[in-house]
Amino acid sequence: MRPFLYEKAADAAEAVHFFAQRAQAKYLGGGTNLVDLMRENIERPEIVIDVTGLSREIRDVDDGGLVIDAGTKNTTVASHRTVRERYPVLAQAILAGASAQIRNMATVGGNLMQRTRCYYFYDDAARCNKRERGKGCDAIEGFNRIHAILGASSHCVATHPSDMCVALAALDAIVYLEGPQGARHLRLVDLHRLPGDTPDIETELRAGELITAVEIPALPFAIRSTYRKVRDRSSYAFALVSVAAALDVDDKGNVRDVRLALGGVAHKPWRATAAEQALRGAPASEENFRRAAEAELKDAVGLAGNAFKIELAKRVIVNTLQKLAMESGAGS
Amino acid sequence: MNFTINEHSYEAELDNRTSLLDLLRNHLGFTGTKKGCDQGACGACTVLVDGERINSCLALAVQYQGRAITTIEGVGTAGEMHALQRAFVEHDGFQCGYCTPGQICSAIGMADEIKRGVPSAVTEHVAAHNIDFSNEEIRERMSGNLCRCGAYNGIVEAVRETFAEELAS
Repeated sequence: MRPFLYEKAADAAEAVHFFAQRAQAKYLGGGTNLVDLMRENIERPEIVIDVTGLSREIRDVDDGGLVIDAGTKNTTVASHRTVRERYPVLAQAILAGASAQIRNMATVGGNLMQRTRCYYFYDDAARCNKRERGKGCDAIEGFNRIHAILGASSHCVATHPSDMCVALAALDAIVYLEGPQGARHLRLVDLHRLPGDTPDIETELRAGELITAVEIPALPFAIRSTYRKVRDRSSYAFALVSVAAALDVDDKGNVRDVRLALGGVAHKPWRATAAEQALRGAPASEENFRRAAEAELKDAVGLAGNAFKIELAKRVIVNTLQKLAMESGAGS
Repeated sequence: MNFTINEHSYEAELDNRTSLLDLLRNHLGFTGTKKGCDQGACGACTVLVDGERINSCLALAVQYQGRAITTIEGVGTAGEMHALQRAFVEHDGFQCGYCTPGQICSAIGMADEIKRGVPSAVTEHVAAHNIDFSNEEIRERMSGNLCRCGAYNGIVEAVRETFAEELAS
């Protein structure tokens, strides 16, 4: 690990101020990803700004939504009464990720900013365009079981590893930022980028911008929502494929509204807009769920080690929607 | 830097890069806490901070000044073992023993999480008020602690017996 200067920020303005003091700076939350990457010399900040002293509350918004400060621990979010009752998909997604020890350390902001778990990214003897642009990618013809099937490029097939972000994508979360040029916000689905020919640029954050909070807009039908994760062992493993879904079925058995997002399949949490579009207004039937899944995976590309994920993703989508439809008394 | 470990104060001159794990083992002699993978995968380094379990290998010590840190040395001693330590002996909850301090700190943190109503990935209804203290819950909640000897059955029995009464829902 390279030596670094450590500063603890009292508030967002001070954090942004510290960030500007060195060319290579990093905000530090729980450290569960950053400390590991620093130890491997993949991250080499000259200054580390500890932002765990910032406010970490979960607040109700008047219209029924929630605002979660970025420094809130993952366990705190998953245990929060309102999250569990109104957004079960979010509590379940968090609990499906990592281990209890890591969830006790990890923050919401850090979860959004965590980096891929591609083995070649961690291995400095391998070529990786994410570590060094233009060097090549050893994953494309290597072991790529955990790699992307949607939105990848010839430069990078890495996936975003977060479970929480998949639920946040489905819930249309908004990410609040504070930076040298002031405050702004982005939709969560617009925060992370596809790799293209610059896989080293992973988010739309500008230099020095700090995530301060995440807002979850009111979504009454999210009370019927769920997270389904398929992985190589039953606990403490990253997703091969995961699905976050919320389903609203009217009394005639038609889909009034639906939210669907996929994890483990792309460089970013993948909001399944094609599937959603195919489902709105259609009968909530297994046949239509399958048709929607086909529409979403239409452009999927499999590699030697991960082509199975295309059919797996379709099946997990159908199965998850079936379960939600059954719970709402519809479905077949 | 100043640290509070097992209710005593310690001072250490540290490089910012020092992990909480290396502080405990190399600087202060709390060698009960073990270094396994040193990357957050095995749980051998689990300690309690303000009662919550964390991986000390992924923690920069500088972030933990002034917090109440509990290591296995603060849980029990050879002469005065914690009930869970006695249960591990009784149920063969270990073979080589390397993961044991982490398993025990982790289980103590886990019991407190259940008491506080923290759900898990196998909790049937995530909004449930009462959590069933089942073997399935113990296995899921302890999945961050690996045991390469495979003493899992004994570990689950020891944890279950120790906390069954306290956590009966």
